[in-house]
Amino acid sequence: MDLTIFNAVIAVVIAIAFAAANAAYLVLAERRGAGRIQRRPGPNVNLFGILQPPCDGIKLMTKQLMIPGGADKALFMVAPVLAMAPAIMSFVTIPFSDTIVAHSMNIGVLMIFAFASFGGMAILLAGWGSRNKYGVMAAVRAVSQNISYEVPMLITVITVVMMTGSMDLREISLSQSGGIWNWNIFPISMKDGFMLQPMMPISFLIFFICSLAETNRAPFDLGEAESELVAGFHTEYGSMGFGLFFMGEYANIVIGASLITILFLGGWDCPLGLYPGVWWFLLKIYLLIFSFIWIRWTFPRTTIYGLLNLSWKILIPISLFNLLLTAGLLKVF
Amino acid sequence: MSGPIHIRKDETFTLNVGPQHPATHGVLRVKMEMDGEYIVKAETVLGYIHRMHELMGENRTYPQVLPNLSRLDYLGAMGYTHGHVLAVERAAGIEVPERAEYVRAIMVELNRVASHLFWFGAFVMDLGGFTPLMYAIEDREYILDMLEAVTGSRLTYCYFRFGGLYNDVDDDFVNAARAFIPRMRKSLKKYDALVTGNIIFRKRLENIGPISAEMCRKYGATGPVARGAGIDFDVRKNEPYSVYPEFDFDVPVYHECDSLARYKVRMDEMEQSLRIIEQGLDKLPEGPIMPKKKPKLIKPPKGDYYQAVETARGSFGIRIVSDGTKNAYRFKLRSPTYSNMSLFDEACEGMMIMDALAMMGSLDLVIPEIDR
Repeated sequence: MDLTIFNAVIAVVIAIAFAAANAAYLVLAERRGAGRIQRRPGPNVNLFGILQPPCDGIKLMTKQLMIPGGADKALFMVAPVLAMAPAIMSFVTIPFSDTIVAHSMNIGVLMIFAFASFGGMAILLAGWGSRNKYGVMAAVRAVSQNISYEVPMLITVITVVMMTGSMDLREISLSQSGGIWNWNIFPISMKDGFMLQPMMPISFLIFFICSLAETNRAPFDLGEAESELVAGFHTEYGSMGFGLFFMGEYANIVIGASLITILFLGGWDCPLGLYPGVWWFLLKIYLLIFSFIWIRWTFPRTTIYGLLNLSWKILIPISLFNLLLTAGLLKVF
Repeated sequence: MSGPIHIRKDETFTLNVGPQHPATHGVLRVKMEMDGEYIVKAETVLGYIHRMHELMGENRTYPQVLPNLSRLDYLGAMGYTHGHVLAVERAAGIEVPERAEYVRAIMVELNRVASHLFWFGAFVMDLGGFTPLMYAIEDREYILDMLEAVTGSRLTYCYFRFGGLYNDVDDDFVNAARAFIPRMRKSLKKYDALVTGNIIFRKRLENIGPISAEMCRKYGATGPVARGAGIDFDVRKNEPYSVYPEFDFDVPVYHECDSLARYKVRMDEMEQSLRIIEQGLDKLPEGPIMPKKKPKLIKPPKGDYYQAVETARGSFGIRIVSDGTKNAYRFKLRSPTYSNMSLFDEACEGMMIMDALAMMGSLDLVIPEIDR
């Protein structure tokens, strides 16, 4: 597939539109979901609050962007953009179905992770640039969290890549096609001959936890722990600066859910092998996003040391063991 | 908790937690010397909503100052007005009819449950879980509706009078209260399943924020804070007042001294309060709610009077020094949260900020009551 400028522009526009629409309506979904969980209505004016996201958007955009005195202006302005832009760029490589993909490249996984690590950068700049003690503390927390959760996440991805033999997200999806028994989450894969991988459900779990942590979602939302650090790294942000952080968070959630779907749940494949297509992909990512929302409104927040211990003492050893096991199994079968 | 290995005291920065901060639940300010996430030294700054209730108590007559008492603690106002009426009744020698005493006990215990419910929600919210607050508020709403029907207010009650009550409870209230008890028991089980057993919740509270019995004695901490440190002290048992000797209830005591112990004490206390309410409703005698003979103007004889009551937050004491006039010569309030708060400075040294704020939540602070 050759990438002309025209194609690239269209791809980016669609990616931005998809990300923005998702961000706006996931906020509504989250608030409705929270309302449901907490036995209250949530936003419900005009047809389930369908106009709530545009209203929020208008409110945020018409507000004045305040830059606190003494803040580093450049960093302060760059940080929200840096939170949003990589998330949108990541959409370019995500295959929604066999044919719907903006630009399929053979290092798709790598690219998404490269962009994802910008997220930590954005938080660091926001906290540092806004000259707020709470902001700096949150930034330090969030960066150490992002770094320690990228390690088990990447090791798990390497496991999947080893099993598939490709870093192309489309290839990875295609290799799992043909029904639920071929998906990477299941220990037994029968695609090309018999293949036993008993650790894959655990890999899935590790990846799921890591993507919760990478997107700074509860119970790992230490970067914006509101009862300790007021609003964390975006304490000083108002108007669209805050809006971009918010949208970036939801765009990252969509990307996390998409990655889980592609790497473990067979992408656009139907569980029974019938009618594969984009609808299965969307169904899977929204189910995963719902589980994110569910977790957020059920669990209290962890502590920073509990979080780091979980990564370094539990997740990384397990995922390393898993990597070795997979390598061994690949050699055997 | 993996404790601090080495705190550097030379490279610190000052963090102002408050006066407006989500964790302080009011206008409390804590000046913290921080080394990264660790607290080197903390200093509580009080007085942002000081309203001089004690001075008002000296410049107003006893009935006039009664509504002030319910402005001390907006979550458990009933207990504070109870303290005041008991103190004045003791000073002026007013007899209280039995029915009024029982209704008072029921009201105070209902209010205690409401206060603990709100604390439970706010505490879990401090730890980052927002949902239990909504469940707790839903249960609390039943209590508030019940109390509103009888007392006319939802938060700052002025229901007790010297010698009795403002008005009598009706059958509707008794039925509602009876229906509330099984409902609340069910809810407590639900909270246990949702929160107490949660591994993240337990990890954040177990062995975190130790407050020893010595520290409690040193600062005069009472109530659930002291009972969570293994001190078996409850004013209702140790210095019985009103009709509390008639009731069969236990005082929950835990010896772990950590935040979880204080949490468990309050959760168990709700169950004990329900027991008291149940017995109170069963024993509720018929009769008048105000004494036949009551002085028109309350002028306690010269003397020094003290009355302590067990409020939701601890032992609340009122000292009235009377010079025989219609105003008190000295009106001193001993508020439990003030003592409970004062140990925070010492207890939080060397802790991480998130643990310290979790501990602050477990102290159940109500700021207007600290500042009075």
